[in-house]
Amino acid sequence: MARVFARAGYHVFIHQDYESRVRGGHNFFQIRFSDRPIMASRRPIDIVIALDRPSITNDQENLTASGIIVYDSAILGQTYDGPEFFNVPSVEIATEDGGSKIMANTVATGAVLGMLGVELTIFEDVLKGSFAKKGDAVIRQNIVAARRGHEFARHHCTRCAFSAAAVGKPLLLIDGNAAIGVGAVMSGCKFYAAYPMTPSTGILNYMASKSDQYGILVEQAEDEIAAINMALGACFAGVRSMTGTAGGGFALMVEGLSLAAMTETPVVIALGQRPAPATGLPTRTEQGDLLFALYAAHGEFPRIVFAPGSPEQAVYLTNKAFELSHKYQVPAIILTDQYLADTQWTYGGFDLSRLPYTDYRVRGEAYSSLPEYKRYAFTDTGISPFAVPGDGPHPVVADSDEHDEEGHLIEDAETRRGMIEKRLYRKLPLLRAEIAPPVLYGNPDAQTVFIAWGSQYGVLREATERLQEQGAAMLHFTELYPFPGTEKFDYLAILRKARRTVCVEQNATSQFARLLKAETGFSCSATINKYDGRPFLLEDLLGELDAHLG
Amino acid sequence: MPTLADLEGRIPAWCPGCGNFGILRAFKQAMIELKLSPHEITVVSGIGQSGKFPHYTKCNTFNGLHGRTLPVATAMKLVNHAMPVVAEAGDGDCYGEGGNHLLHAIRRNIDVSLFVHDNQIYGLTKGQASPTSMEGMMTKINPHGVVCEPLNPMVFALALDCSFVARGYAGDSEHLTRLMKAAINHKGFALIDILQPCVTFNLVNTYGWFKQRVYRLGDDYDPEDKEQALQKAAEFGDRIPIGIIYRNNRAPMNDRIPLIASTPLVKQPFEPLEVAQTILNDFF
Repeated sequence: MARVFARAGYHVFIHQDYESRVRGGHNFFQIRFSDRPIMASRRPIDIVIALDRPSITNDQENLTASGIIVYDSAILGQTYDGPEFFNVPSVEIATEDGGSKIMANTVATGAVLGMLGVELTIFEDVLKGSFAKKGDAVIRQNIVAARRGHEFARHHCTRCAFSAAAVGKPLLLIDGNAAIGVGAVMSGCKFYAAYPMTPSTGILNYMASKSDQYGILVEQAEDEIAAINMALGACFAGVRSMTGTAGGGFALMVEGLSLAAMTETPVVIALGQRPAPATGLPTRTEQGDLLFALYAAHGEFPRIVFAPGSPEQAVYLTNKAFELSHKYQVPAIILTDQYLADTQWTYGGFDLSRLPYTDYRVRGEAYSSLPEYKRYAFTDTGISPFAVPGDGPHPVVADSDEHDEEGHLIEDAETRRGMIEKRLYRKLPLLRAEIAPPVLYGNPDAQTVFIAWGSQYGVLREATERLQEQGAAMLHFTELYPFPGTEKFDYLAILRKARRTVCVEQNATSQFARLLKAETGFSCSATINKYDGRPFLLEDLLGELDAHLG
Repeated sequence: MPTLADLEGRIPAWCPGCGNFGILRAFKQAMIELKLSPHEITVVSGIGQSGKFPHYTKCNTFNGLHGRTLPVATAMKLVNHAMPVVAEAGDGDCYGEGGNHLLHAIRRNIDVSLFVHDNQIYGLTKGQASPTSMEGMMTKINPHGVVCEPLNPMVFALALDCSFVARGYAGDSEHLTRLMKAAINHKGFALIDILQPCVTFNLVNTYGWFKQRVYRLGDDYDPEDKEQALQKAAEFGDRIPIGIIYRNNRAPMNDRIPLIASTPLVKQPFEPLEVAQTILNDFF
């Protein structure tokens, strides 16, 4: 259904709410669409498609004055009275000519499109695409089902006053996980190893689905320890590699993160946060692992931590993570959460020509012609030539022990000092210079500045736009480490000028506010924390923000 | 063809008389006989005295973490299957810390040769029991003797139908060279458990102890006979056989992935502009 709206040119935003179980439970998708760009879910609901009774009890209070609850009394086992209820006998319609009960979904979708006055042509195309592998008969049956549902709604929904004709060119619809996958593929990632874990399994699925088409070797590792070690082995052998996990899996990867640092083997890790500690709320959302991602692993070394706020930012930042990781030979972490991983956004397209790809490895002739090769040669930048084993006459030696320039283990103090200076002191300032500053949305002289990082981008941006006249602006951070300096944009001046600075985070301990203070000395005047595992809905956040506007 | 001088590495920090010297000698001889120059083979090692092994010869080297040799080696083989990949690990390293990876490397039948320097003791950390330490062995932390049964890696590997299962002895370098060559030439996962006296900490399984027990499997032994192999694998007491205990022709993982059937992944081009033309199609 969302794809129908996107193809009709509507901006769509979808968030998913599901339980940690294979079947059953109360699960829902919330689809919002608009003729203007949108980036969050709202609390009021115009149409509820109730597939279980909790949908009615949970959502009835959020129904708008003209809202409608669509249900099938055969599925829910009861009928409801009231002008807002619209009983669509989807199972009966689906099975009318001996059709399958499963097509009740298609009937219901057709019915909702009928309620909205949307023509069926786009939906029919979507059905053709979705069921292409199942053959013409299935496609035909589904189209008939959709038409019957559509017709039923047109005739029987007396209260329907919606009108949603196509408004423009088709938009693409993409979620955060797939966006990371697109960014990875476009960055030349050729190897992806992971152990399945919500909310990052979607990246594994995406990469596997593109394996044949784009030549990506995808391996399901026996555990997260193996996953990161595989990624490192693949990179050492000569290709760009990546792994993905959630906080619990990342905990297992931490030893490998340190190995990446010591061996200066580039690796990109997608870390999808979810409420913890331990197993936590597996299918829900939180921003609780920021400081963990920043400080995880033994030893001192530079790393890259990016937290995209939208699928679009995820595409570009995944690419930047790959580029910087390989340019500087340091590990990079892309920090998302279940909310961003599973929400779907629409865009006109992405400017993929903006995505650079540079092969930083020493290969072929450039390598063969070297009189000697030292994997960890001291250089002004701290970056040593990284050759591909077998590509030239010199062996490539990497070591997890402290090592000399050739890669062999050492004990002496002088080499140790030199290597720390190379890995840390020389690389870090160069890496920091690559970091983009936070983005200000709104007036630089705003009285109130809301601060957010990562996935709070969309909902806070919409909320801030509504509060602009009350003097609110928003500062959003995506490139979190190395922490952005003020050379490119003096965001600290804006914060210092503001009367109120409110940090909005989906965690209990204001981890970003603490990081901001540690890195810049700036203390936010207030914080908003949400730690119930559910994302902010626009109206709820507006309520919280209002309290700070004074 | 490399000479012994080409394979000269750093000076070993092993104890005089360490079984590792015999393993190193056998390895260098195998490289010479296989005509593998240092840049034509990759050795992944873990942590322990065995982990230092690749530094003492010359080869592409990834000296990684304790127990984690096999995932690294597996990925290397998947990325560049034209390159022979050897994993050097210790008994604590591979049967203890990295046991899970061993299980899955055997399942995958990745074309990697694993040489386990099995001295039945922890050397680097100075004398604790390992997964292969014999029951009753006294250590500082087992003042009443080791109470667990030792792992028999040969029986373990056979039970998983590992495609190449062999036992070698550091005190018989010539025989070990032959085993190493056979393992590297074998298409599939090859395990050689190398019995290795630790002259400092293992005062039970000494050169003398092994000399009384170790014998070479004869030419009439058929390593493709699995039932017989199980008997030989279990033989670890008064008599200990060395040689290829079991072998089968299971196709290795790297041969079963269509993506890399014709060209190693590392040689496959990446054309970002071409990818950019199609990659967003799925989302409309």
